[in-house]
Amino acid sequence: MKNLKNEMTLTFKAISINESFARACIAAFCIQSEPSLEEITDIKTAISEAVTNCVVHAYPQKIGEVKIHVQLYDDSVVIWISDSGIGIDNIEKAREPFYTTKPEQERSGMGFTVMESFMDYTDVIKNEDRGITVKLEKYFKTKKSFAVGGLNA
Amino acid sequence: MEVKNRIYNNTLYILLSGELDEHSAYNTRIKLDEIFEEKGFKQIIIDLSELDFMDSTGIGVLIGRYKKMKHKNIPIFICNPSTHAEKIFKMTGLYEIMPKII
Repeated sequence: MKNLKNEMTLTFKAISINESFARACIAAFCIQSEPSLEEITDIKTAISEAVTNCVVHAYPQKIGEVKIHVQLYDDSVVIWISDSGIGIDNIEKAREPFYTTKPEQERSGMGFTVMESFMDYTDVIKNEDRGITVKLEKYFKTKKSFAVGGLNA
Repeated sequence: MEVKNRIYNNTLYILLSGELDEHSAYNTRIKLDEIFEEKGFKQIIIDLSELDFMDSTGIGVLIGRYKKMKHKNIPIFICNPSTHAEKIFKMTGLYEIMPKII
């Protein structure tokens, strides 16, 4: 069983200016496990994609909140990014490359694809009450060997 | 995000500095569209050497500019992407429409 090194929860308004803050905050937290620069950049990018989804799609009528929970291990990190917004009707469709509900806003539709490419494990879950949780996992390959399929596999 | 530009020898050079994400995308789009209205160039080179971060929102901005310039038959090229930006460009196929030059 892996030893949990550290844990944190961050909550902020779902506004675009907080994207940079979220990237920097989670990256700084992960530094404790000494990931490589490339791994940190990958994590920042995936965080940015998940938070952007909350900012752009989750709350069309109001400014809601984003909650990020992080569990840090010696050789890996697990991150949950949650909102309590309108949710996603068809998650499978939303995860298709280049699919976007807002093409008029010049959206690439590559958010989930980037997350899946930059992280070792990505899951998108409908919350029981409202909204979506994106679960991301990254294994710090420069540290130790890793298991594929999620820490809880 | 800062956008600098100059026209030299029929080429519009663009330098993007800072972070290109959802927060900076709107103003970056407006600034680039203003610059692209200028005359005196037949191609565009976007220098990413000072771009500290970008995510897929940046891809949307670049593709949008490509579509606008395609109507005017003005090609856009990318130079000096970071390792991180390179990864995103290759994943999204952006180089197929905006080739990288050295």
